Amino acid sequence: MVYRKVEMAEIGSAKGPTGEHRIILRYADEPDYTPDIDCYLRHGGYEQLRKALSMDPAAIVAEVKASGLRGRGGAGFPTGTKWGFIDHAKNRKPVYLLCNADESEPGTFKDRQIIYKDPHQLLEGMIISSYANHAHLAYIYIRGEMVRGAQILERALAEARAKNLLGANILGSGYDLDIFVFRGAGAYICGEETGLIESLEGKRAYPRIKPPYFPAVLGLYLCPTIVNNVETLCNVKHIVEMGGEAYAKIGTRNNTGTRIWCVSGDVRRPGYFEYDGGAITLGKLLYEVCGGIRDGNRLKAVIPGGSSAKVLRAGETYRIRRANSEGTMEEIEMTLEDLPLDFDTIAASGSMSGSGGIIVMDETRDMVECLNNLSAFYAHESCGQCTPCREGALWMHKILDRMAEGEGRPEDPQLLLDLSGQIAGRTICAFGEACSWPVESFVAKFREEFEAKAAQERKEHERLQPAC
Amino acid sequence: MVGPEQPLLPGTEAPGAEFERKADEIIRQYPVSRRSAALPLLHHWQQEFGFVSQRAVEWIAEKLALKPIHLLELVTFYPMLRVRPAGKINFRVCRTLSCALAGSHDLFARIRERCGATSSAGHGMYVSPDGAYSVEFVECLAACGSAPAMMVEEEEFERATIDTVERILAKSQASRATDGVQKG
Repeated sequence: MVYRKVEMAEIGSAKGPTGEHRIILRYADEPDYTPDIDCYLRHGGYEQLRKALSMDPAAIVAEVKASGLRGRGGAGFPTGTKWGFIDHAKNRKPVYLLCNADESEPGTFKDRQIIYKDPHQLLEGMIISSYANHAHLAYIYIRGEMVRGAQILERALAEARAKNLLGANILGSGYDLDIFVFRGAGAYICGEETGLIESLEGKRAYPRIKPPYFPAVLGLYLCPTIVNNVETLCNVKHIVEMGGEAYAKIGTRNNTGTRIWCVSGDVRRPGYFEYDGGAITLGKLLYEVCGGIRDGNRLKAVIPGGSSAKVLRAGETYRIRRANSEGTMEEIEMTLEDLPLDFDTIAASGSMSGSGGIIVMDETRDMVECLNNLSAFYAHESCGQCTPCREGALWMHKILDRMAEGEGRPEDPQLLLDLSGQIAGRTICAFGEACSWPVESFVAKFREEFEAKAAQERKEHERLQPAC
Repeated sequence: MVGPEQPLLPGTEAPGAEFERKADEIIRQYPVSRRSAALPLLHHWQQEFGFVSQRAVEWIAEKLALKPIHLLELVTFYPMLRVRPAGKINFRVCRTLSCALAGSHDLFARIRERCGATSSAGHGMYVSPDGAYSVEFVECLAACGSAPAMMVEEEEFERATIDTVERILAKSQASRATDGVQKG
C-alpha cells in the first residue's frame, strides 16, 4: 500500500477520508455501525472464528508467526514468538489468555476506539487466540476509568454467550472458553504484563522479576499465560482471514500489517489514523493529515510513541541504517519529517514507536514545563517496589518542579541527567526506562532551555501545573 | 495513602441481598482464586456506597476468606479507590501532557472556582464546603485526541470546557428540582 497524497479538502475530521488503510478500524466510524452483535454479524463477524475452529491450533500459531505480527502495546515483540514459548506437548497446567486493555500510556487512545465501537472484533480475536493457545479461561484487563467500555464489553460477552460463541462446546467444536472483564483501578503499572497479572490475582500491581516469572512460564496463578494488547488480538482475526503470508505483504519487512497512530497536542486536527507499517511519514501525518501545527506555529518537539518514548526535536536529522528494496543495508540521512512511521526506523532514530501515541509540542511550549508534567506522572505512577525508580522518579519531579517554579539551580540539568542514568536498567520492570528516557532526552536535546531555566530568577509566570 | 493521620472511616453501610447476590456473581468469575475478586468487590462497594470504609474492608475480607490487610493494601495502592466520600458531583480532569497542552489545568482551576471546591480532601481532591461538588486531577484518560478529557462519575467528556461544566451543573440542578417536586 503506497501512501496516497491527501487532498486537504478530503480531510474533515479524524473520521474522514485521510488516505488511511483501515483494517482494524474498518467499520468503527461508519455512521450506521453499532457495537451490538447483530451489526457485527451483518459485517461478516465471527466468520473467522468458524474458520479458526476448523483449523489445528498449531496451524493458527504458524500463521501468526508467518504474518510477522508484532505486539501493539508498546514493546513490539513478535506475537507468534510469544505464543511459541508455551510447549503444549509438555505443558500440564492450564493456560490463560489475558487481553491488556489497560491503555494508559499518555498520548495513546487507540484501544478505546476498538473497545467502544467494535467490541466483538476484539472478542473474536480473543476467542481465536485463546483457541490457538489452548486457553479455556481468559480475562480482559480494562483500565478502571473506562467504565462505559467495561459495560460495552460485558454486554458483548453476554451476546456472544447467548449465541454459543463463548462457553461450552463453542459452535459444536468441542472447544470450551469463557472470558470475563476485570477492571483496573487507576494504576498505570497494571499495563506492565506481570503487574497486570499480580493485579488480577488480587494484589498490588508489583511487577515480577524475569526470570523466572516470564508469563509464558509462570504467569497468572503461576500457570503459562499469554498477555496481548487489544489491537494485537484484533489483528489475529485478520491474519486468520487473509493468511499469514498475505498479511506479511502489508506494510514493510519486519513492520507488517497496519498500525493505529494517535496524534494529540499542538496540531490542528488531532485524531487516530490507521496506516500500513511504514506507509506514511511523520511529516505527512502531522502536516497533511492533521492539518499542520495549530495557530500557524512552528513545530518544536514530537514524542513519537507514548510519553515514555524519547522526544524528537524539530530540525534534527538522523542517520538511519536500513535494508533497501534489494535487501542490502544502506545508511541514509533523514529529517524528523522524513521518518516513516514503523517500529524499526523510529527505533533507529533513537526513540521508539511504542504504543503509537504521538504528542506534538509547538514553538510556544516551555520544555521544562512539558517534562515536568510528564515527570509528575511517573512520580505518581511508580509502584514503589524498586528504590531507584520510587526515589528517582520523585526526585526528578522535585528538581523539575523547582526549575519550573523559577527556583532551579545551575547544576540541575546535569543532576537530572545523572539521576536518569541511574534508574534505567536497575529496576525490575521497564518503568525505570519509561521514567528516565523522557528526562534524558528532553534535557539532552533542549539543554540550553533547561540551563536558562535553571539560572532564571524566581518570577511569576504561566504554569502548566497550577500551584495548588 | 491512608496513613495514621487518615484512617479509614468506620462505616455503617449495610449491604443488602441484591448487593450480596451481585458480589457472589463477581466471585464466580474467578474460579481459580477468590482473591482475584478483591479489586472487583472494592469497585462494587465503592459504586454502591461511594467510598471504601473499614466496614468495606472487613466485609469483603470475610467474603473472600482474606485478612483485612489484603484489602487495605489495595485501597492504599490503587488511585481510583476512595477513603472519603467525594462530592455529589465529582469532576475528574485529566492532568497529563496532551490535556495540559489543551488547557486542562485552566479548566481545573475554573471548576474549583465555579463550585467553590476549596477544601482539600487529600489525594489532590478539593471539595465544596457543603459536600455537593468535588474536583480532582487524574492521570491520562486515554482520550488525548479530543483533549481536554474529563469524567463525571461514569460519563466521559471530550473537549471539555467550562461550558460543559455549566451544562452538567444545570442538568443536575434540574433533576434535583424534579426530585423535589416528586417527593413533595
